[in-house]
Amino acid sequence: MHVVYSLGDRIFRRIVTAGALTSLVILALIGLFLFARGAEIFRDMGLKFITGVNWSTGSEDGTTAAEFSIGPMLVGTIIVSFIALIIALPLSIAGALFIEFYSSQRLKRTLVSLLDLAAAIPSIFFGLWGIQIFSSIAEKWSFLLNSYLGWFPLFSNEMQVFGRSPFVAGLVLAAMITPIITSISREVYSRTPRELVDTCYALGGTRWGAIRTVVMPFGRSGVVGGAMLGLGRALGETVAVYLILNLVFAYNFNILEAQGGNIASLIATRFGEATPYELKGLLAAGFVLFMLTLSVNMIATSVVQRAGKDRS
Amino acid sequence: MSQIENSTTLQTQNSDENGTTMNEMTASGESTAVADRPLGLETRGVHAWFGSHHVLSDINLQFPERSVTGLIGPSGCGKSTFLRMLNRMHEFIPSAAMAGEVLMNGNDIYASGIDAAAMRLKIGMVFQKPNPFPAMTIKENVLSGIKLANLKVPNHDEVVENCLTRAGLWKEVKDRLNASGGSLSGGQQQRLCIARSLAVEPTILLMDEPCSALDPGSTLRIEETIHELAEKITVVIVTHNMQQASRVSNYCAFFLSDGGPGVLVEADATRKMFTNPTDTRTADYVQGKFG
Amino acid sequence: MSQVDTTTAAVPIRPWVASRSSQAKGLVAPLMIGIAAYLIVLFTGFAGADGWALLFFLLILAVSFVRSRKLGKTKLTNSMFNVVITGGALLAFAPWLSIFYSLVSKGFHGIYLGYFYHDMRVTTPDDELNLGGVGHAIIGSSMMVLIATAITLPLGILSGVYLTEVRGRLTRLVRFVVQSMSGVPSIVAGLFIFTTVVVTTQTFSGFAGSLALSILMLPTVARTAEEVLKLVPEDLRSASYALGARQWRSSLMVVLPTVRSGLTTAAILGVSRVIGETAPLILTAQSISSFKFNPFSGQIASIPMYIFALLQIGTEYSMARAWSGALVLMTIVFLLFVVARRLGGKDKR
Repeated sequence: MHVVYSLGDRIFRRIVTAGALTSLVILALIGLFLFARGAEIFRDMGLKFITGVNWSTGSEDGTTAAEFSIGPMLVGTIIVSFIALIIALPLSIAGALFIEFYSSQRLKRTLVSLLDLAAAIPSIFFGLWGIQIFSSIAEKWSFLLNSYLGWFPLFSNEMQVFGRSPFVAGLVLAAMITPIITSISREVYSRTPRELVDTCYALGGTRWGAIRTVVMPFGRSGVVGGAMLGLGRALGETVAVYLILNLVFAYNFNILEAQGGNIASLIATRFGEATPYELKGLLAAGFVLFMLTLSVNMIATSVVQRAGKDRS
Repeated sequence: MSQIENSTTLQTQNSDENGTTMNEMTASGESTAVADRPLGLETRGVHAWFGSHHVLSDINLQFPERSVTGLIGPSGCGKSTFLRMLNRMHEFIPSAAMAGEVLMNGNDIYASGIDAAAMRLKIGMVFQKPNPFPAMTIKENVLSGIKLANLKVPNHDEVVENCLTRAGLWKEVKDRLNASGGSLSGGQQQRLCIARSLAVEPTILLMDEPCSALDPGSTLRIEETIHELAEKITVVIVTHNMQQASRVSNYCAFFLSDGGPGVLVEADATRKMFTNPTDTRTADYVQGKFG
Repeated sequence: MSQVDTTTAAVPIRPWVASRSSQAKGLVAPLMIGIAAYLIVLFTGFAGADGWALLFFLLILAVSFVRSRKLGKTKLTNSMFNVVITGGALLAFAPWLSIFYSLVSKGFHGIYLGYFYHDMRVTTPDDELNLGGVGHAIIGSSMMVLIATAITLPLGILSGVYLTEVRGRLTRLVRFVVQSMSGVPSIVAGLFIFTTVVVTTQTFSGFAGSLALSILMLPTVARTAEEVLKLVPEDLRSASYALGARQWRSSLMVVLPTVRSGLTTAAILGVSRVIGETAPLILTAQSISSFKFNPFSGQIASIPMYIFALLQIGTEYSMARAWSGALVLMTIVFLLFVVARRLGGKDKR
């Protein structure tokens, strides 16, 4: 249907469309800028930017060239985020099921409000809490983990210092992303068709039987989407990791060792004294991080949207 | 009224405005009080509330074994609520409250210490909208109740064939038992739900307007199924459709609400209810004067 | 012939809910288990609150197992998962409860009346807690947030109007982009503004900070605005068109006013999203210790950076101040939530 709009309407529609497209423009600008400014580094380093292990500004007299690569930081980003996700996901599902199916009406209302408030806790609070209150507990857990499972390479720890490790940072990040995942999961579970749940009870099933048979299969894609959104948040987290994790530029797969890092905290740490060339390195790193979180988020968005749609 | 007074068997209560007992019209016109026949289910003084809203008042009803009882009446008078009280599904609504007794084999299912989940194996329910489990095949759907209750069944295939046959669906799906439950038509889905309920071997089957979402053809097939089922189990069916009630049920119970809680106006053999009801309100309803 | 008296009023009961006495009896077991766990902690290597919690959980699991064994496999699994899910949920909630509790217990030491209108110009982080304050940070944050709102609210509303009123061909793209944009890491937003605005203006500034915050705030505002506009009933628009109104008049004069409080909610939710952001401010506005009212040149204070700086010093008093700043920030966020919730129900239909 071809509609003819008046002049006023045409102007109106142009303005509105332009406004709506700003987010697209901003997103594209960010990507382009980071890439353009970091392009020199990509040219100089090639693929080694991602795989190399050096972040050095070179020597003063220029005899050794500066060399920037983010290998350990990229891997560190992924390690810390996955630790967070592995811990957060079961807890979030438990939390969501508890709120929806195991709590009374009044308790449910309170918990949902608490959940919303928890999702709004700024990340720096987690840094504060992590350092002052949680780190001693986490250290103890790391020590126990190492004592009993230290034979397994993942949990070995040469230095026997258990403070500022990827494991502890991952635990704090887990606390940070749990509200989002719990929130989305709870919402999906609440949309389970009432008759399906009733049928489970009418057939003589128990509450867990109904959850296992109907609720969890129904909510699966929504929960996956929520988990990916949480992962996206963990990948880009700066302050908590900066404060808790001991930034060391080396690959570290022993998650209990006190060294690691992620790209975001690398940027925050190095940007202050960066030479122009190093700044380009940081921009290139930022570009990689941007692409990573953007793709995770885009996949998550489409999964959550699809989960909302193809349930009748 | 006179028939009740003439009965020679014990009645458990007088009939008055609120409570009536049922009588069965035998072919010869003689009445036999229902209390003679073994009862699949019985309710005494059942009330229901949602919060402070009184929705059912003093329902005394008896359901003879191996019969079909239709619950009829205009919409909104509590028939579905009453049905849900018969297998304790009513209590899943947060503000629900009740009073009275629901007796199966003489035992009140609301007594403390009663295992509600085990009771629901004996008193099954089919809902208004066909709702096979979407993530399961036809075969898995039929067996889902057995799996949920972890019943020990020697031969799954036998149970599947048995239940689907009783539900009148076997011939149509026997070659595609692994197809998704959702791939069937509405009428077939509802028969699948009936088969699913039958798999756990209930003695009583409650049906909440099972045909209201279906086309006339499917409706008739399900009514045939109900007739066959009633040879072995007790069926209680809520229906809006009076023709259906007269086709399918042996007994009818007429519910009515005047804005207040729903009450049981009259309950009797279907033929009597439709041809010569005792209460004028019943007569008005079955003649279509309201509802 | 027995007679049931139907004239006495029936009393509603809930036989499926455990009676008070059996509820009380049900609490005895957990209580005993709690005491047992405590005693075990005292005498073995388990230590601390987490050790006690673990023991409590394991003991309840064991007791449930023993109790439900004879009820059959399904009831047993049901009971076990009862305990597991409740335990998992408690573990999920524990960090936030711990944070809320710490905010109050550790933060209130530093709160006094002057805390809100003093700055840290003459006070060092290690001075007594009745000196200095967070006033400069409150002002700085407020300015940056206000500018960010001024930028994002119109853009967000335009986006919402596009998606609900204009509904052009790019609708799905816009919606997808807005949603994806909420995944931009805060440090990347800060980095972008740093390389564009800060480097070209040769100065850190509150304005640069607010630009970075706008990038993070826009998705929230746009999404909420769209949801709020979607709630406007279609008949309202139809009635307006039926009266011959052009689309732009209809949107501006009929639709938007009815969602006024909803759009305010969108702004408030956006503010609560960014007011606690630290990373972007590290790269754009940095931090200072005195009052400043010009957001366009030079660094400016903000509550998150105030906390961040004190946190890194790490002494007893600086930490106390950090907690107090955090308590102030959390209270602000909480109040914003309360206001947003109140407004959420107020739109006229």
